[in-house]
Amino acid sequence: MKIPEQVKRLGVIVVLFLAVVITRFFLLPETWISAQPHQAAKVVREMAKPMSYAGMPACRQCHEEEYAIKLGGFHRTIGCENCHGPAAAHVANKDDKAVTPPKHREREFCLNCHGFVASRPNGFPQVDGTQHNKGKKCVTCHDPHDPRPDEAITDCGGCHGVIVRTKALSTHSQLECAECHQVSEQHMVEPRSALPTKPTRRDACARCHDSGSTDPAAAKARLDLSTHGRTFVCWECHNAHLPEGTK
Amino acid sequence: MSDASIPAALNEQLANQLSQVIGFIYPNEIETHWSILIVVYPYLTGIVAGAFILASLVKVFNVVEVQPIYRLALLAALSFMLIAGMPLQLHLGHPERAYEIFMTPQPTSAMAMFGFVYLWYLLGILLIEVWLEYREQLVLMAREAKGIMKPVYRALSLWSNDVSPEAVAWDHRVSKIVTIIGIPSAFLLHGYVGFIFGSIKANPWWGSVLMPIVFLMSAIVSGIAMVMLIYMVISMLRNEKIDMRCLDKVGLFLLVALIVDFALEGLEFIHRVYQNEESLKILSELISVKLFNSLVIMQVALGMLLPLLILALVRSRRLNDDMRRIMYFLAALLIQVGIFSMRWNVVIGGQLFSKSFRGLMAYKMELTGIESLWMALVLLALPFIILTVLNYLLPTRWLEERALAAH
Amino acid sequence: MNKRDFLKNSIIFFPAAGVVSALTCQAEGKELSASMTTGYDASQHWYGMGIDVDKCIGCNKCVEACKAENNVPTEPYFFRTWIERYTIHADGEVKVECISTKTPEQRLAQQNQPLDPSVVRSFFVPKLCNQCANPPCVQVCPVGATFQTKDGVVLVDEKRCIGCRYCIQACPYGARYLNPETKTADKCTFCYHRITKGQLPACVEVCPTGSRIFGDLKGQQDRLVRFQHSNEISVLKPDLNTEPKVRYARLDGEVR
Repeated sequence: MKIPEQVKRLGVIVVLFLAVVITRFFLLPETWISAQPHQAAKVVREMAKPMSYAGMPACRQCHEEEYAIKLGGFHRTIGCENCHGPAAAHVANKDDKAVTPPKHREREFCLNCHGFVASRPNGFPQVDGTQHNKGKKCVTCHDPHDPRPDEAITDCGGCHGVIVRTKALSTHSQLECAECHQVSEQHMVEPRSALPTKPTRRDACARCHDSGSTDPAAAKARLDLSTHGRTFVCWECHNAHLPEGTK
Repeated sequence: MSDASIPAALNEQLANQLSQVIGFIYPNEIETHWSILIVVYPYLTGIVAGAFILASLVKVFNVVEVQPIYRLALLAALSFMLIAGMPLQLHLGHPERAYEIFMTPQPTSAMAMFGFVYLWYLLGILLIEVWLEYREQLVLMAREAKGIMKPVYRALSLWSNDVSPEAVAWDHRVSKIVTIIGIPSAFLLHGYVGFIFGSIKANPWWGSVLMPIVFLMSAIVSGIAMVMLIYMVISMLRNEKIDMRCLDKVGLFLLVALIVDFALEGLEFIHRVYQNEESLKILSELISVKLFNSLVIMQVALGMLLPLLILALVRSRRLNDDMRRIMYFLAALLIQVGIFSMRWNVVIGGQLFSKSFRGLMAYKMELTGIESLWMALVLLALPFIILTVLNYLLPTRWLEERALAAH
Repeated sequence: MNKRDFLKNSIIFFPAAGVVSALTCQAEGKELSASMTTGYDASQHWYGMGIDVDKCIGCNKCVEACKAENNVPTEPYFFRTWIERYTIHADGEVKVECISTKTPEQRLAQQNQPLDPSVVRSFFVPKLCNQCANPPCVQVCPVGATFQTKDGVVLVDEKRCIGCRYCIQACPYGARYLNPETKTADKCTFCYHRITKGQLPACVEVCPTGSRIFGDLKGQQDRLVRFQHSNEISVLKPDLNTEPKVRYARLDGEVR
């Protein structure tokens, strides 16, 4: 059979192409044609990267006293390097002043966490930085490693800022927190170990709001609680801290 | 604090973009990652697919009226194909590593597989098709050429010498087979580009089953229109008479393709609105705030509806040749604007809203630099320059004029 | 044997030789693992993270620590982790902002706002790369520069990444960015260089309230395992089936 000339010409191209394919699949070293050895090398490289943060246990080696103090206080879960910055260089070279972790004394530093922001969780201690001990350094009253102040805490708003501020705008603004919540002294010392009580029955609101009640403060908000709201507890519909709801 | 810092120019650019954010975006979304170059790339590959489909009408479906621009369509496809890969290369963070796509491709990556589809189409279809079509002419030109052009044409013909009628008939037979394989290959080529976007589930503007099909249909429209434009411009430059029978036929195919494209894009829009998924709210905002001009005005009104009207008018009324030529030219030009806008709306539009569905960003196109308007214009002009060179090297009517001169 | 048989057999020889050589090459590649050089066996671990949304106070220390530990550009445009703030109003309107793009001074200035009673819920949400078990970013990388390690961390090989940005487009969580210095894709690595040595990621190390919980899902007495078992867990964008390994407790439905 006579092979057309074109086939011979194109055939050269096809042979070249096949040569490339064969080279690629059979003759080239694996590192050229597979990502795997490179990925393995990358893992090794990544693992070898230097660390900037030493980790809390490392600080304990030399700063046992501060560590022990911190362990007993409210800041026990905070890593040392949270406030003092990365310390791996300091651990490696303790005498080098250039890498000694700083001690921040300016108010803004503590206010970063403890300034009042409504999005912060309920129970987190916050202050109004523009009012609270204005101008003074925080460390004047609070040891950063054991920040409990010498004065006893009496204000619920320090940790329950959103609730107190919400209530202040509401028809319940004159009600003390203690009217509905029993708070023990222990709660002011170690909050999570002694939680304040919360009302559990409709009686808590019926005291003032049932039609039979004589409390003058709730005169405008009385109804027959034997028929109102089935058996649901009041705060399933009414926000006790803002009973009139939002506008 | 980290020592790393970014160059001042980038800092300024990002600060500028940050100031234009509406609503909320994930912080890393501030940078528009795929720029104008990635708009140019599907536009160019689309024209390749469309021009080839037009050429295949002649070869496979025997639409003889289109024969006069068969070679022009092939050369146009080749010119655009040679440049289509350039915007991709230029936009990479490490263009010197681009070869890795061929050395260590990841089979799960649409982008990696596209590299091979591109190669296949360029080497296995287009170049072979062009060679088979021009082989006879190249051999004859090689024999008659003088000086440096002689070895050039010898090489281009792959040192072929047989121009007997049997050999030429063989060329045409095999060319038909290559075209038949080429049609699904062209579909694969540009459908794949659509798939690269359509497969991204993270982005609801892109991630759609219809994306590859819409891309393909709009590619066919833009390719046919581009060949039509080139034909008219070349004829005008050479002071030659345009074959109106050819132009009318191409115009008909353009109208049909445009109707199908319009129907598909309309379907995608209706489907999206009807399904009423979570992303609809931010996407509606995207269109009305960021894409109104480029989508509603340029892509739909000017780029689709108006050309539809023009082409329908041409078919429904009896207009003289001059009038029809003007209208075809206008329609084809508007279509280019429309299809380019469509690429812009897909690529840039998809990066103007946050994946949080809560915000919109802005894209500021650089005027100079690599990923700039300037580079985009250069890349858009290059295929025409290459086509000019190809037209000089491989004149489309050389054989006919030679036969005429012999008489 | 005759010529025909000889030809047939030799034709089979080439692909066979190729298959054998490829298999041996692959086997050699597998041995080139980290366990040979450091004694750390990645297949024993499967790392994840837990986030207790109720505990985050939005102090942004995690973001700062991450930037310091991993040499991330300090400008507010590149983040391996960040904090979002959600404010949900009674009429259903949800306002979201990223506090990590603000300077400490700007964040301080936002404190002590008068209380808005129309806000019914407000909270902070830490975000980072979810180190998905089914990562879409790994799927789309054309050259295999980004990959998942045997211990479940998705890394980017900066020496092979070509900077095509496909992975950045494919990530539904906005966790990736293009590193302006290396011009390669970059993202949170769970501080791989720390966790493989028994340390915590930098963000977990400095989190003051314990909102971030790091652990080994293959561990027995592991902090993360306990966290997952004792809380109602949700993940971001579960419908995309990326199988994120960052698990949130008490995540509000408005969080995207």
